[in-house]
Amino acid sequence: MYPAFVNPRASLAILAGKAAGTASRLLGRGGGTAIAGVVALGVDQGLVRTLSRQAAAGAIAVTGTNGKTTTSLMLNRVAAAAGLRPLHNRSGSNMMRGVAAMLVDEASISGSIADAARRLAILEVDEATLPEITREVRPRVIVFTNLFRDQLDRYGEVDTVARSWRSALRGQGTGDRGQPQEEPPTIVLNADDPAVAHLGRGYGGPVLYYGVEDASAGGDVVEHASDFRTCLECGADLAYSVTFYGHVGHWRCASCGNARPSADVRLTRVTARGDATEMAVATAGGELDILLPLTGLYNAYNALAAVAGATALGLPSEAIVSALAEFSAAFGRQERFQLDGRDVQVLLGKNPTGLNQVLRAVAARPGRKRLLFFLNDGIADGRDISWIWDTDYEVVQPQTEWALAAGTRAEDLALRLKYAGFGEYVEIERDAATALRRAIEATPAGETLYVLPTYTAMLEVREIIAKRAGEGHFWEGA
Amino acid sequence: MSAPTLRVVHLYPRLMNIYGDRGNIMCLRHRCEARGIGFELTELGIGDRFDSAAADLIFAGGAQDREQRNVVEDLLATKADAVREAVEAAVVLLAVCGAYQLFGRFYREATGMELPGVGIFDLHTEHPGEKAKRLIGNIVAELVGPLPSSGQGGHPPITIVGFENHGGRTYLAPGVRPLAKVRSGHGNNGRDGAEGAVYRNAYGTYIHGSLLPKNPAFADHLIGLALRRRYGDVELARIDNRAEELAHRAALRLRP
Repeated sequence: MYPAFVNPRASLAILAGKAAGTASRLLGRGGGTAIAGVVALGVDQGLVRTLSRQAAAGAIAVTGTNGKTTTSLMLNRVAAAAGLRPLHNRSGSNMMRGVAAMLVDEASISGSIADAARRLAILEVDEATLPEITREVRPRVIVFTNLFRDQLDRYGEVDTVARSWRSALRGQGTGDRGQPQEEPPTIVLNADDPAVAHLGRGYGGPVLYYGVEDASAGGDVVEHASDFRTCLECGADLAYSVTFYGHVGHWRCASCGNARPSADVRLTRVTARGDATEMAVATAGGELDILLPLTGLYNAYNALAAVAGATALGLPSEAIVSALAEFSAAFGRQERFQLDGRDVQVLLGKNPTGLNQVLRAVAARPGRKRLLFFLNDGIADGRDISWIWDTDYEVVQPQTEWALAAGTRAEDLALRLKYAGFGEYVEIERDAATALRRAIEATPAGETLYVLPTYTAMLEVREIIAKRAGEGHFWEGA
Repeated sequence: MSAPTLRVVHLYPRLMNIYGDRGNIMCLRHRCEARGIGFELTELGIGDRFDSAAADLIFAGGAQDREQRNVVEDLLATKADAVREAVEAAVVLLAVCGAYQLFGRFYREATGMELPGVGIFDLHTEHPGEKAKRLIGNIVAELVGPLPSSGQGGHPPITIVGFENHGGRTYLAPGVRPLAKVRSGHGNNGRDGAEGAVYRNAYGTYIHGSLLPKNPAFADHLIGLALRRRYGDVELARIDNRAEELAHRAALRLRP
C-alpha cells in the first residue's frame, strides 16, 4: 500500500536526523531528543506529513495547558492494549521538531514506518504548535485538556493561545487545496473548562464533550488562578454551581445563557482509595469502572480525557479499563522512586493551576510532609516566575515538617514560602544534587519525600535520581 | 490614638491579576501586620463605585487585552473621577503594567486608533504593531526622586527589580518624572532609559514579579506615605527582611 521508497528528500532528511540524534547521544547531550527533528526538518520540511500519514490507524493529537503528557501516555497504553503500535513523542518534546524526531527514530532510511498497518500516531502537541500539526498530520481526533495562563513570556496572553486553536480548527473540513476533505477531525473537549468548551461552538465537524458530573469532587470557591471568569460570548461574569479547580467547573453565563454543554463522556463518581482513584465513567457504549493507580482530581481529568479520546477513536472498552488500571505515571508526573530507603515522589508543577492541583493532591495524603521545591527560570520553564504569587502554597503549609527551596530562582521561592507561612527564613540550596541529598537526609527511612520541580528542574532531578538508582536514562524509553 | 490602619482598595482583582499581582497585596498586608498596623482590603470590580475618602492606597495590576477592554469602559464610567480626586488629595496609587497604561492619557493601537485613559499620569502608550517585539525580561532600575536616601547624600541608589512583559511603548510628557532609571532591561519604551512614572503620590510601573515583596524599601515607602497622610508622623518599625533582601540581591544578578 505504501511505497517502500517514499522520496529521496525524505530519505536524506531521515538519514541526517538519525545521524544528528546518534551524535547528540554519544556526546552525552541526554534529553536533547529534538535535535534529530531540527536537522531532519531542515532537510525536508514536509517530513512530518510524509511519515505520520503512513500510520494506517491515523493520528490523535492531545493539547492543552496541563495534563497533555499524562493523557497521551494513557492513550498510548490503551492503544497498545487494543493491539495497535503507537507512534508517540513520549519524551515530552511536543513541538514540530519533537514530533519529527520521534518519526525519524521510527522510520527506516528508505522512508517507511515499519508495521504501518498497526500504527496509530499519538501526538502530544504544544499549545502554540497545534495549527501546524493539524495541517501537517491531519489527526482523526484532537483532545483538548484545559487552558490556563502558562509561560506568558513565551506564549503571550492566554487569549493568543485560544485564538491559535480556533484558527487551527477553522481550516478543518477542507483538504490541502481547499477541496472538501472526507472527514474533519473529531474534537474532544473538556465541557467544564469554558475556554475549551467554547471551541465546540460553530465547529464544522463532530464534537465529543467530557466532564465531571460528581459535584462532591468540587467546591464553591473559584481559585485565584482562574483565567476565564467571564463569558466568551458576551463578556458577563460566569456563575458556577460547582468548581473543580481554577475556572473548571459547572459554569453558566447568567446574561446570555451560554453554559457548560452536557457531556458525552461523564465522570459520574470519583473516590480516593489510598494511592489510587476509583472512577465510574459513563460513555455511549456503557459504564466503565476504572481503578486508576494515581491520586488527585487532575489525574482523574487526565484519565477522563483519555477515555473520551479512546472512545472517539473507537478503541474497545476492555482495552481502556485494563490499560488505565495498569497505568504508571509519565516521567516526573507523580512518578515514584525508592532512594536510600525513602519513597521519593516527583510531581511536576510548572504553572499556577498545575501546581495548585499537585499541592492539593499532596495535602490530601496522610501524615506530615517533607517538601523539596524547585523553581527554575529556563526558557522551557518560562523566564517570568511571578506565577508563584498566583499559586496556593498555603494549602500544604500546615502539614509541612520540613521544606527546602531549590533551583535557579530559589530565593524568590523562599520569599514566596515565607509569605505562605513556612517561617521567616526558608533554607535555600542552589545546587540540585545537594538539595536532593539534603532532602533525603531530612526524610526518615521509610517515609515519603515530595519533590515539586518546574520542568527543567524535573529533568535535572530525574537525571540525578536515575544515576543514583542506576537505571536507564529516560530518553531511551522505559 | 488607636493603632493606625492602612485601607487598601484593589481595583479589578478578578480581571487584572495576570502577573502575580496578588503578591503586591500580600506584601502590603504582611508589612502592616508584622508591625501591628491594621490592614483593611476592599476589592472593587465591574459596576462597583469607588469612594475616594475611603482609601489610603489604591492598587491596580495587569490584565490581558480582552479583560482590559472590559475594564476600561467601567473604569471611565464609574471610578475614574473618584480615583483622580483621591490622587489630587495625595492618596497613594500603585498601578502596574496594564493599569499603568490605563492611567495614562491614551493608548494608541497599531491601527492608529486612540483609546482614552484616566489621565492621572501625563503620558501615552503606543502599540508598535504585531510585528514589533514585546518588551520581555528581567529588569533592574534605580529609583529616582522621591525616596530620601535614593542616590542622595552619598547613599547608593535604591534599586527596584522584577520582570516586565509589555507590547506597548510608553512615552512621558516633558517634565514628567520617571519612577526609575533602567540599569538593565527595557523600561517604558526600551529607548529613553526611563521606567515608570510618578505624579504626586501616584506611581506607575511596568515591573511585576511580584513588584513589592522583593522591593521592600519601595513597599515601605508606599505604606509610609499612605499612613503619614492620614495619621501624621508614623514610624515604620524594622521587620525581618532577610528573605526579601536575598531575593532582591539575587535579582540584581539576573540576565535581562
